[in-house]
Amino acid sequence: MKPKDPNSPIARIWDFFSSVRLTVVLLLTLASTSIIGTLIPQNASPADYFQTYGPFLFRLFSILDIFDMYHSWWFQFLLLLLTVNILVCSLNRLSGTWKIVFRKNPSFDIDRFRKIPNQTVFTDSRSMDALKAIYVPRVKRRFGYVRMEDTEKGFYVFAEKGRWSRLGVYTVHFSVILLLIGALIGSFFGFEGFVTIPEGEAQSQIHLRKTGDVLPLDFAIRCDSFHVSFYESGTPKEFRSDLSILVGENAVLKRSIRVNDPLHYKGISIFQSNYGKLPPNIITLNLVSEETKMEYRKELSAGQKIDLPEGAGTFVFKDFRNRYPFRGQDLGETVIGTLIAPNGNSEEIVLPLKFPGFDRMRKRALVFSVEEINPRYYTGLQVSKDPGVWVVYSGFMIMILGCYITFFMSHRRLCIEVTPKGNSNRVLVTGTANKNKLSMETVVSKITQDLAA
Amino acid sequence: MTSSLILSVITFIYGFSAALYVASWIFKKASIGKAATWITLAAVVGHVAGILLRWVESYQMGIGHAPLSNFYESIVFFSWTLAVIYLVVERAYQNRVIGAFVAPIAFLAMAYASLSPNINDRIQPLVPALKSNWLIAHVIACFVGYAAFGIAFGISLMYLIKHSGRDRNSRLLALFPEQRLLEALNHQMIMFGFLFLSIGIITGSVWANSAWGSYWSWDPKETWSLITWFIYATLLHARMMRGWHGKRLAYISIIGFGAVLFTYFGVNLLPGLHSYSQ
Repeated sequence: MKPKDPNSPIARIWDFFSSVRLTVVLLLTLASTSIIGTLIPQNASPADYFQTYGPFLFRLFSILDIFDMYHSWWFQFLLLLLTVNILVCSLNRLSGTWKIVFRKNPSFDIDRFRKIPNQTVFTDSRSMDALKAIYVPRVKRRFGYVRMEDTEKGFYVFAEKGRWSRLGVYTVHFSVILLLIGALIGSFFGFEGFVTIPEGEAQSQIHLRKTGDVLPLDFAIRCDSFHVSFYESGTPKEFRSDLSILVGENAVLKRSIRVNDPLHYKGISIFQSNYGKLPPNIITLNLVSEETKMEYRKELSAGQKIDLPEGAGTFVFKDFRNRYPFRGQDLGETVIGTLIAPNGNSEEIVLPLKFPGFDRMRKRALVFSVEEINPRYYTGLQVSKDPGVWVVYSGFMIMILGCYITFFMSHRRLCIEVTPKGNSNRVLVTGTANKNKLSMETVVSKITQDLAA
Repeated sequence: MTSSLILSVITFIYGFSAALYVASWIFKKASIGKAATWITLAAVVGHVAGILLRWVESYQMGIGHAPLSNFYESIVFFSWTLAVIYLVVERAYQNRVIGAFVAPIAFLAMAYASLSPNINDRIQPLVPALKSNWLIAHVIACFVGYAAFGIAFGISLMYLIKHSGRDRNSRLLALFPEQRLLEALNHQMIMFGFLFLSIGIITGSVWANSAWGSYWSWDPKETWSLITWFIYATLLHARMMRGWHGKRLAYISIIGFGAVLFTYFGVNLLPGLHSYSQ
């Protein structure tokens, strides 16, 4: 793959990218710059940054894209350099490896094996033919490929296994490239958005997280109901949205989603993200007459006007608030209504749920309190599409496989040379491995014991 | 909760075995070393019993889940893995001096989990985000990886001590494995740890995609695990292709374990998605 003329500019660029020194520099640069984004919160509001860092640092960090550094031009550029580096390094070395791995008869140089420091020697008094008959099958037990050849006076056995494991490292590099391709596909053809839908309502457009733009969908998502449950300790146990996918007026799919259990429809995934409480639609009022001691219950919906008993006028359910400050104290969830007396005077009525006796303070004939509210939730959904995710996932699997091959398998070669020596035979056992040489030493000594036995 | 009590007792047994390993190294008494091995083995058995009992207890409380769901449980699992891997290494290489450098890590981690006032050792129910089959795979892979890096850290310390020892034949260094072996062992532990760290990051990423709809969001914990991955990847490349060896690799291994510790402890000080694991 390397260009022919070593002085051409392309050859120089090629050389630059084929160096592992560059890999080391890039990996360390990526590692150290990545720290910045974990110390400075990412994608917060500019006002917060300005307040925290002051005008100078704010300007500097803005120019360097520190507030969204993992998507900044320079960080992406480092990733690009690493990708090219991986590609060039792999291509550079692959042709050599390819020649070793894909050949019918492995080459074998006995002189090289004689020089290997990892060797054992012993003598065996059995006949040459007997040794051949014993050695070959014993070596076959441990090695996939075994070849026996006669020499002038004796013979040698050459064996090897795990030749293909030399490809492991290319597999890992390929998987990294797949991850980056998958991420690119995702960022070009996918989106990440969110939508909040009140119970009983449907939405057919979402907001994109990055830009805040509105994105219309081909279908609508209806939240039929939302449920939240808690453990006794008060920590949340489950968030569940019962959703329907609507195309036109038809519900084409009905399904409940939970955290860790999303819904997929036409390449778009819908995740449970958050939830919130909405003002109730319907409340039940309890009215007690101070004069007649009669109790009345009235159900009314938001904005509805009702006639009050005993000719006390009309009442409108105007508002619901989650907090209501009163004399420096928060009364919590509170219904606010307007009472219109028969003479036309109107008066605001405050009905905190936690304090049913609160309305007594007005000292009027009719005492109001809220007996029940129908809480209504909205569900917050993450809606995203990532056509690159399967490329990324295949990258994940290939990476695990490749790491395993690279780290724990090696190309092991063994050579046994038998030469006559006096009345006996001299047996030389040597072996090499491209990785994990220490364990090859163990293999050589084990084989030696095996043969001598 | 009996399991917490068992695990507290186990902490002291690890302390005892660590002390014995150190004593056997300093006083050159093989018999003490043998005792240390057996005591560590007993601690490992008791430890796994404690973990399993905790699992059973969680079911008795009606909130059954694997004991791998919070900070306390993850440290307990880390120490156990570390002790198990160490015993395997000790058996394979027949050297107990390594124990003097590794057993204290298991002890300190357990002591931190059991005694630190910031760590809650109660069995807590799972919040919705943790209710996933990926939880077990993710936590096991990460902490097996961390444990291997922990052992590589101990071995790298030994390498540096042996290397800097002026008198190569000094009494204390005599029992150390050869430098060549320490180096090979460091490398092996790092390869093992790197494979599991990769699996841990990958399972976490797949899990994040099913929980939040994004397989990578550069949250501080994710980023720190990637930083750790980059550091060990540097080490592997520098050794394999540029022939780095000896002291340099020992230093990178130590820095790598520093990154592991920060991913584990430091990130909880930063805001992010993993806040429930505090």
